[in-house]
Amino acid sequence: MSAASDISEKPKRGFRPELKTVGPLLALLLLVLLGISLNENFMSYSNLTNVLARSSFIGIIAIGATFVITAGGIDLSVGSMAAVIAGLMIMVMNWLIPTMGIGWGVVLAGMLAGILLGGVAGTFNGLMITRGRIEAFIVTLGTMGIFRSLVTFLANGGTLSLNFDVADVYRPVYYDGLLGVPYPIIVFALVAIGGEILMRRTAFGRHCAAIGSNEQVARYSSINVDNVRMLTYILQGVLVGVAVLLYVPRLGSASSTTGVLWELEAIAGVIIGGTTLKGGYGRIWGTVVGVVILGLIGNILNLQSLISPYLNGAFQGVIIILAVLLQRSKRT
Amino acid sequence: MIIAEGTSAPAILSANRISKSFGEIPVLFSIDFDIRPGEVHAIIGENGAGKSTLIKILSGIEQPTSGSIGFDGQTVVLPPNGAAESMGIVLIHQEQNLAEHLTVAESIFLGRELKKFGFLDVGEMRKRARAVMETLHVRVDPDARINTLSVADKQMVEIAKAISRDARVLIMDEPTAVLSVGETDTLFEQIRRLTARGVAVIFISHKLDEIMELADRVTVLRDGQWIATVGTEALTPDSIAQMMVGRELSNLYPPKHEPDVDAPVVLGVRNLVATGVKDISFDLRKGEILGFAGLIGSGRTAVAEAIVGLSHRDSGEITLDGKPVNFTRVAQSVDAGLAYMTKDRKGKGLLLNMGLRPNLTLLTLKRHLKAGFLDTASESRALERAVRRFDIRARDATVAVGRLSGGNQQKLMLGKTMESEPDIIIMDEPTRGIDVGTKQQIYHIIAALAAEGKSIIVISSEMQEVIGLAHRVVVMREGRLAGLLEGAEITEAEIMRYAAGIKQSGHDERSV
Repeated sequence: MSAASDISEKPKRGFRPELKTVGPLLALLLLVLLGISLNENFMSYSNLTNVLARSSFIGIIAIGATFVITAGGIDLSVGSMAAVIAGLMIMVMNWLIPTMGIGWGVVLAGMLAGILLGGVAGTFNGLMITRGRIEAFIVTLGTMGIFRSLVTFLANGGTLSLNFDVADVYRPVYYDGLLGVPYPIIVFALVAIGGEILMRRTAFGRHCAAIGSNEQVARYSSINVDNVRMLTYILQGVLVGVAVLLYVPRLGSASSTTGVLWELEAIAGVIIGGTTLKGGYGRIWGTVVGVVILGLIGNILNLQSLISPYLNGAFQGVIIILAVLLQRSKRT
Repeated sequence: MIIAEGTSAPAILSANRISKSFGEIPVLFSIDFDIRPGEVHAIIGENGAGKSTLIKILSGIEQPTSGSIGFDGQTVVLPPNGAAESMGIVLIHQEQNLAEHLTVAESIFLGRELKKFGFLDVGEMRKRARAVMETLHVRVDPDARINTLSVADKQMVEIAKAISRDARVLIMDEPTAVLSVGETDTLFEQIRRLTARGVAVIFISHKLDEIMELADRVTVLRDGQWIATVGTEALTPDSIAQMMVGRELSNLYPPKHEPDVDAPVVLGVRNLVATGVKDISFDLRKGEILGFAGLIGSGRTAVAEAIVGLSHRDSGEITLDGKPVNFTRVAQSVDAGLAYMTKDRKGKGLLLNMGLRPNLTLLTLKRHLKAGFLDTASESRALERAVRRFDIRARDATVAVGRLSGGNQQKLMLGKTMESEPDIIIMDEPTRGIDVGTKQQIYHIIAALAAEGKSIIVISSEMQEVIGLAHRVVVMREGRLAGLLEGAEITEAEIMRYAAGIKQSGHDERSV
């Protein structure tokens, strides 16, 4: 997919890759080499699937964020949104048990509820931003607080737990897989492929880039700017829902600490992947690489003993700043 | 006109044989200019005549390529970046340069705040600001925020700022362009007070009646050349207009085909009222090129944007092929075969960071969908066609459009507009800021489109362009149709008379 799209953006003749494209891949390669040299278990099947499965939640959310950011917006509420959706999903499933009994019916209803709730939350953000004409940063800063507080309220300051029997039914969605590949990774891959197609091969993706590049040009080119913007936030919400329905079976609970700082990790993944924060240029494939890089940093720190794993955040921060510095030096 | 005292005094500021080139392109040729204390000296000329460049040189913002500047009888090199303000030469820009969130007093003392013990002396600044405003007889609270003031009051704050810096030469670039009649009167009163105190005022305006009222002398520029400097008492608005124009039409323009007087009306506009448009009616016939002339800000772009649905229409009727239409989105007008090409190609026309192809097809992306997905091959074919048809030259199709020359950007934007295969095209300043060769190409394209039966509105501030292309010319002034010219009436002097408000025709008697 990415190979096909490269032709549209770069000269056809000769192989002249840009730093912006190759940079994140090189960083990923270096990290992998570093991981191999530090610990022989790094390349083990169980370690890699573990890292990727954990990265899937952030990754799926970050793909939504790529659209939002490409269209010149930002969504800070995704972490809190994930928490409140997780909480509500659990409540819905527990509430349905008396009527539906324990089984896949309840779980599917819960999944559907999660996706719908995501769509509703995204629609609310989008409406405030496009119809209410409030800055995306402010709207989503507000909903970030609202969602976080809501989940704390719903859990009464504690933890919302899924009925133990239902959790048992639901568990395989996180822990099992197809041909040895965990489901979260499969869903992440499918979302990434779908996102890449949406970004490169549909009018919607082109319109996102146009709006983020110059909203006036988009308006003068007969693009319905408000609708496209709106759709990016709805898509973001739905993808948060998808991430949550993979996350809930992992622990079977939600609390006020669920999804804390996910928004920053998602945005960081997008930026490391080469999407410009001010919009106009988005790379789904880059986002995938960016998210995996962030996941690997944490993993490598845990696998070695020289540096404290508590410095994880510091390393991620350095990578983000480096990524943006490299992008800038490329442009001038 | 009473000649202000001191007009025979020696010049305070003078330009001696000033020439200026930007790169290879000369814009001023050996200009002589001087201003005496207590005098109002107006500079007039068409757009592109070199007025702005001249005042930039007189205020030190630009350095002349050759020639010298005299100040107080001595040859000087004016310091750049507005530092000439310390010498008493203050330029008030066309776009006002006030920070919207500061107070009046803060604005007046911006950059040279009064201090006491290292802290801002707010009381003293407020007191002095009030004193300055009082000498100007302006009732503005020194504590008022700039963004709460009217445009006219803002201008007064700029003048107060200039006076508080002991301005000796005040240069004003079209100060009345954004003012109402009443506000203009107040401004002129202030200017007269300043000149009575010996301040010299250089004044650029397009409005000839204002110049007749205010100026002591007038310097006329044309194509970067000095044409004349005359005392206002010896002038009539007509003779000024004559001096500003008076050029031969070159063969830059293709021959005009005879307009068909029986051709059906394709676009009818009746009593249109919108933001910046007070009341205008006109018709566009099939195969016609209708020119829109007028001063900057006279409402020509506003008319176009109201028609295609880019801005809100308050009242009035628009018909397409006789059927009333009401576009609220650009997409609707594009679908109906009516396309508008903006004058702001960098801000509203093209995505500068993207390649040629996404730019070309942005307006018509849904024509390049196959089963809901973008068909890039179809887009590429469209680009090949456009490159051939409009002679767009780029190193390759992936180069960012922002790197193309202005002419190629303009041709790409024309290609983008024509991709929607419109029957009616409104082109806003289709040749702004591009070289003469490309201009000629675009003129021939426009003429060819009209010959094919397309109907075209050309909005242009270059009168030559309107005259060279249009079958009929609508002259706008202050949001209204000031005159409609046809055939031999289409001359620069006549357009200027209507545009400057010397002549006015009833807007409905000839609008057919």
